[in-house]
Amino acid sequence: MNPTYRALAEFAQSWGLAYFVAIFLVVLGYALWPSRQREFDEAAHMPLRED
Amino acid sequence: MAQATVAPKSMTFGEGGTAIAFTVLALLSIVVAAKAYTPEYGFHAYLFAAGSVAAVFALFNRYFDRPAAPAPLVIDGKPNYNMGPVKFATVMAVFWGIAGFTVGLYAALELAFPVLNFDLPWISFGRIRPLHTSAVIFAFGGNVLIATSFYVVQRTCRARMVGDIAPWFVVLGYNFFIVIAGTGYLLGITQAKEYAEPEWYADLWLTVVWVVYLLVFLGTLMRRTEPHIYVANWFYLAFILTIAVLHLGNNAAIPVSLFSSKSYIVWAGVQDAMVQWWYGHNAVGFFLTAGFLAIMYYFIPKRAERPVYSYRLSIIHFWALIFLYIWAGPHHLHYTALPDWAQTLGMTFSIMLWMPSWGGMINGMMTLSGAWDKLRTDPVLRMMVVSVAFYGMATFEGPLMSVKAVNSLSHYTDWTIGHVHSGALGWVGYVSFGAIYCLVPWLWNRPLYSVKLVNWHFWISTIGIVLYITAMWVSGILQGLMWRAYTALGFLEYSFIETVEAMHPFYVIRALGGALFLAGALLMAWNLWQTVNARQAEPAATPALVPAE
Amino acid sequence: MSLWHKHAIFEKNSIVLVIGVLVVIAIGGLVEITPLFYLKSTIEKVDGVRPYTPLELAGRNIYVREGCYNCHSQMIRALRDEVERYGHYSLAAESMYDRPFQWGSKRTGPDLARIGAKYSDEWHRDHLRAPKSVVPTTVMPAYPWLEATELDFAHIEDELKVNAALGVPYSPEMIREARADVKAQATTDAPDAAALLKRYPRSQARDYDGNPARITEADALIAYLQVLGTLVDFKLYDDKANIR
Repeated sequence: MNPTYRALAEFAQSWGLAYFVAIFLVVLGYALWPSRQREFDEAAHMPLRED
Repeated sequence: MAQATVAPKSMTFGEGGTAIAFTVLALLSIVVAAKAYTPEYGFHAYLFAAGSVAAVFALFNRYFDRPAAPAPLVIDGKPNYNMGPVKFATVMAVFWGIAGFTVGLYAALELAFPVLNFDLPWISFGRIRPLHTSAVIFAFGGNVLIATSFYVVQRTCRARMVGDIAPWFVVLGYNFFIVIAGTGYLLGITQAKEYAEPEWYADLWLTVVWVVYLLVFLGTLMRRTEPHIYVANWFYLAFILTIAVLHLGNNAAIPVSLFSSKSYIVWAGVQDAMVQWWYGHNAVGFFLTAGFLAIMYYFIPKRAERPVYSYRLSIIHFWALIFLYIWAGPHHLHYTALPDWAQTLGMTFSIMLWMPSWGGMINGMMTLSGAWDKLRTDPVLRMMVVSVAFYGMATFEGPLMSVKAVNSLSHYTDWTIGHVHSGALGWVGYVSFGAIYCLVPWLWNRPLYSVKLVNWHFWISTIGIVLYITAMWVSGILQGLMWRAYTALGFLEYSFIETVEAMHPFYVIRALGGALFLAGALLMAWNLWQTVNARQAEPAATPALVPAE
Repeated sequence: MSLWHKHAIFEKNSIVLVIGVLVVIAIGGLVEITPLFYLKSTIEKVDGVRPYTPLELAGRNIYVREGCYNCHSQMIRALRDEVERYGHYSLAAESMYDRPFQWGSKRTGPDLARIGAKYSDEWHRDHLRAPKSVVPTTVMPAYPWLEATELDFAHIEDELKVNAALGVPYSPEMIREARADVKAQATTDAPDAAALLKRYPRSQARDYDGNPARITEADALIAYLQVLGTLVDFKLYDDKANIR
């Protein structure tokens, strides 16, 4: 294998960037999906419940 | 038939296996001690032997004392939390904190007054500086992280910690690692890789301890009775996993011999530099940030008695932080022989890191919204909130310093030291103190001895931090400017030694700041000592709540 | 059944989390580290860089042991004032055999990447024994024990062997002669100096610590300091040839 700097840089600056944007959107989607509100509220209160 | 149901007391697989493993380790250590190339290494081998023998003894002693049945998971419908190892790690955190701050103060004084090196190898600056950094990061910070993670994972999973011997192996083994590492530095046993100085055998030992730590943590998560894994545990898990990966990658080495403490790193030169700062920066990112953010996400809501400001933000914060942090290492290598593309990547991601960092800061701060009055009455909460403010400050300064133009001035100077300490003293220190002030009364089930003393601790330490970081800013920027100052004729204006002389007053102020920070920590230690040793006013009304050990 | 089903998902979740974390943290490290091993432009092609002699290596290990990297860098950045103060900016090739690298992160004292041949052995001797005797306002600790401690090189072959196994071009001959080379290099007018020079070009054999009777740790450390940054001849080095 003999990669050149130019080839790697081109790949990173196109596909790499698109990939990062995509996973960022996935995380945003997961965190902000409206139907998860209740689940997250419940989770947020976990430390406060005593046993 | 009836007799068969009464199980006779027998050694568990864990007890027996651990005892056998330690017996083997003891024998091996004695052989190594006998054939060690250097007396220093021989001393460490004897420490391993003594530790192993003590472990075998402790295992048998425990076996004869314990009841036949294993500790119940639930008592009266409530989880039977295992808080013994948490207590131990909490006590060790306070102990190592005082030790680490003291060594740091001494190192600072050596720079101000070099006569304090006393021409002795064991306390010369080059040997005790790593002792200080390891003592505060790994001994103090590490014990805080282990104690709080074991506490938080049990409470938020509502389940007893997995393992019987394993949690004790983690806390005792980890502290043994610290003894080996620390005495090694004083005796000149070091890999000379910053924040990864312990040699190969200490690294191997830590690897075993860390894997057990991961298994205990993960096993407890799997045992949980709550549907969701609370976000603090996400941060703890990322911390444990990533530190394992970093530790293995950065410490890959081949020892000269089983009987030699010396090893050679498998990476060399520029690649070693990149691997080292991939490790070094993420020791900051995952040990000193992710782990302590976990503390923030549990202890601030708990203390303020309000849920975290935005749980959604905490999830975005988590993934963005761990994704971006790992790239930031090359900003330690700007303008060096590291290829420019790597430097540029490091700078870019460091600047982006500002966003999730401040997302986390806002999340921690705003948890107080609607309860700001508590800051006036509860100095423990105030300490933790101020720590988050310091976190915000340090994570603004960090991206700034990662910009190549700024870094060309700040790198190699005290500005870096000041930056690190605004994070270390302000963020890590204060959030740890806050967590310890919470934990000790909860664990020992009695009120804190004196809230007033916490107030004193807070103010004395805060003055210390301010002195420390301002002294280092001034000296760092001054030194950076002096190095690059030119005369009208185009010659360098200052010789190197002139820039060293100019540092002296700031080194004295820095030491003073450090002394105040140490004084505050001593107040804390005394306060906690009084708390634990206070005679309980009356037998507690709810003895069932005292966790079994 | 339903309970078991639920439990399985819980367990899977924490494992999913583990895998997620590992994948996410792997990306940055892989992208930044692996190309350094494959891109030829990472380490320049330079004449003159050679493995350390056994004495220099022993000296380097003392440098490591005493934690010199805590105050001294060995990396001259490509900035005008640094090049004028310390010399030509450091090349990646110059530390290609350094395990570990000692670029450092703090300059409480000056950079040492090109300290070699700048000061005399006597100066280094005095400076290590009592730094204030030559630099009155220095904050450097004294290292009087170095010249008082016999150098332990009983296992120097093993040290070379491990380095060779990791890819440092130590030949079997170099490993075989390692102990003899330590003695030859620490002696003025040593009869074996020619053989040493052949094995390690530009190596200098002399009694570094001023005490011909013994080979001390000061011999080794000064030999190491005196070779730092001297191996590449920058009069001949073409920095355009390695433009990245």
